[in-house]
Amino acid sequence: MSLDYSKDMVQFTKEPKLVELDNLISKPMDTNPSRKYFIALAFTSSLMFLGFLCIGYTFYFGIGAWGNNQTIAWGFGITNFVFWVGIAHAGTLISAILYLLRQRWRNAIARFAEAMTIFAVICAGLFPIIHTGRPWLAGYLIPYPNSMNLWPNFISPLDWDVFAVSTYFTVSLLFWYLGLVPDFAILRDRAKDRIKKLIYTFFSLGWRHSNRHWRDYEKAYMVFAGLATPLVLSVHTVVSFDFAAAILPGWHSTIFPPYFVAGAIFSGFAMVVTALVVMRKVFDMENIITLNHLEKMNKIILLTGSMVGYAYLMEAFISWYSGVPTEQYVAVNRAFGNYAWAYWTTVSCNVFFPQFFWFKKVRRSIPLMFIVVLLVNVGMWFERYVIIVSSLHRDFLPSSWTYFTPSVIDFGILIGSFGLFFTLVLIFTRTMPVIAMSEIKGIVEGAQPSHDGGAH
Amino acid sequence: MARSNNLHSVAAIFDTPNKIIKAAEKVRDEGYNKFDVNTPYPLHGMDKAMGLSSSKVGFVTLFCGLFGGSFILLFMWWTLAKNYQLFIGGKPFFALPAFIPITFEITVLIGAVSTFIALIAVFFKLPFNNHPLHDTDYMKTVSVDKYGIYITTEDPKFDKEKIISLFKSLGAVSTDLIYLPKQEKFSMFNLKFVLFLIFVAVGTSGSTYLLLNKLMYITPFDWMEFQEKYTPQETSLFFGDRRSMRTPVDGTVAKGFIPYPYKGIANPTEVLSNPTIPTEDLLKMGKKKYLTFCSPCHGNFAEGDSRLNGQFPNGPTLHSDKIIKYSDGMLYHIITNGQNAMPAYDLQITRHERWAIVDYIRVLQRAKNAKNSDLVEIKKESTTNGQ
Repeated sequence: MSLDYSKDMVQFTKEPKLVELDNLISKPMDTNPSRKYFIALAFTSSLMFLGFLCIGYTFYFGIGAWGNNQTIAWGFGITNFVFWVGIAHAGTLISAILYLLRQRWRNAIARFAEAMTIFAVICAGLFPIIHTGRPWLAGYLIPYPNSMNLWPNFISPLDWDVFAVSTYFTVSLLFWYLGLVPDFAILRDRAKDRIKKLIYTFFSLGWRHSNRHWRDYEKAYMVFAGLATPLVLSVHTVVSFDFAAAILPGWHSTIFPPYFVAGAIFSGFAMVVTALVVMRKVFDMENIITLNHLEKMNKIILLTGSMVGYAYLMEAFISWYSGVPTEQYVAVNRAFGNYAWAYWTTVSCNVFFPQFFWFKKVRRSIPLMFIVVLLVNVGMWFERYVIIVSSLHRDFLPSSWTYFTPSVIDFGILIGSFGLFFTLVLIFTRTMPVIAMSEIKGIVEGAQPSHDGGAH
Repeated sequence: MARSNNLHSVAAIFDTPNKIIKAAEKVRDEGYNKFDVNTPYPLHGMDKAMGLSSSKVGFVTLFCGLFGGSFILLFMWWTLAKNYQLFIGGKPFFALPAFIPITFEITVLIGAVSTFIALIAVFFKLPFNNHPLHDTDYMKTVSVDKYGIYITTEDPKFDKEKIISLFKSLGAVSTDLIYLPKQEKFSMFNLKFVLFLIFVAVGTSGSTYLLLNKLMYITPFDWMEFQEKYTPQETSLFFGDRRSMRTPVDGTVAKGFIPYPYKGIANPTEVLSNPTIPTEDLLKMGKKKYLTFCSPCHGNFAEGDSRLNGQFPNGPTLHSDKIIKYSDGMLYHIITNGQNAMPAYDLQITRHERWAIVDYIRVLQRAKNAKNSDLVEIKKESTTNGQ
């Protein structure tokens, strides 16, 4: 298949009828799920319940059930948090930034990526809350007038996190729902089943596809994209402040915000590609989510992966250039110390393997790209692990130097978060359209009027 | 939905985007204004064809976002620099850069939430699930792949036949008459509704009761009630004397409780000298403490006019020659140690306050036995104060 980049892509090889699009996209909602679906759901929800079991054990027993100790106070908990927040960023990038850049290919994958954003933020939000040990006290993070005159410390990066992540979740959810309203209306009008119709009627809010509404809808969509764009960049910047604002060698660095944002987009795109490769196959959507889409995403993975590689190099360079012995020690210790295995896993997965995407064959081969993006997922998890654990394990007091050994509960919660994520994804694919129907219809050939000079 | 015989609108279906644009332009040019176009996705150029101005929803975002951002900045300044100052490493209470992240996040949050609410509730006027268009074939067609236009009866130029022929001349695939739905009546005392209300009330109160009175007393939520620590006066199995509270080492002096050297001596031969200088603030405090602790027996002006109506022996007047001649230290001694029926006040009034009371008693005594020279002094002060 040869590509002509001078033209916008045609979504279908032959011009589809709008009805066919509707039928194809709403097929998962119209038909009963197959046995395979239930097996998949049973598997992911078992993992999820395993995670909840481990969380319950943590609540009962305390944080001592984890591998954390005095020296390494942020073990898996914060590693997983940063990992999942990073995954979330791809969705907003696709739905907001690519929208503002008029990248119309985004329409096919935006809905699914946005859904992944929301589910990933749910997974992420779980970790800081359970890491507090007494999650029922999380209400104190929100400023409210209380009898003790007690306010959160607004200049703590950890409190910024609370505001950033909760804002991110709220805005993503509203943005996502705004896009879903017209699609719910389509489903409402299609629904034969009474209960289904009732549910879709409720969520469609009585949308009438009226042009007087479309006018404000499109404007609001633009406004939301405009708000979400700086927001998505700010969220991972704030997450990186958790580290950069501390005085710990290996964390106290100004490169962290851009480095984290690039890493977030990198890992998020890898996760979106991982899920899309499976999803388009299962739901026969290869004509809507084409190889071209995947290739474009692989290019972004290549770009952000190289940015991450640059950040690794720069970290090492700056620690040498700074002339601070502790910084130099941390950099050398990271690469050749106790955690060398984790560091080199990170570097090979995040910097080396994505370089294969320079080759068009790799970018357009489903099995090869699947392997690379899986490696990227692993590598990005290890990146956060290295940043947190290898910086902390050499304390300022050599007497408290130690090695981090995660417990079974740690692994249980990590696996559980994946279970939660994929359970939500599976439920989503069966209850809501995974592709924005009203958006995709608008970019099919001949969907727009031709009278205004053929601009569209 | 059951339909009545009242017409809501005349609708037409078109099958290409170009035709619907042309139809919208024509309808607008004919002078209709209560009409709308329904398309499965937004069509470029339709706003112009219908003669719509550009959307105003952006202003909501702008104003609400700016309001949210400035509000939270002011709020954080008030909490951390005014209401409850947090000392963190000697840093200033309010330095703008550290407050930017949250200001930004809240600007976005308030901007987005207000835009969403305004969009749904004000601009769209949704939810509106009983709109006459719902559940019509017209709606089911335009939600998939066709383009519809309708003109309602509210339009001043509405004429059924004329509009149908207009639509037909524009190349409509079909025209449709949409009737208003029958008015449904919902009575207040419908059995189902009342049962639903009861269910909600019982459910809410029951679950709240269980949550607050039962669940919160189950481990681990009872962590506040049962803590692994000794409470005062509790028996300890650990210490030999079985007290959980430890007694202080002999000779320990609690802060602010320097022992009084003449404690328990009825007529001390020597007493402390007054360490205070009677400033206005000190006398004010002395007055306050005197009125609280001394005045019930000795009277508001120390004249021995007890307010206790004989329920307790009257305190003597403090204006007797004997007491005027007492040294300050002796008055202090009596307050600290007690005398006759008067109990010791050393546990209720601090040392400083006791001296303040002594000073105030001196003021009362001087006022009661004022000399002419005092009056001259007072007059002089009044004139300098301009009174």
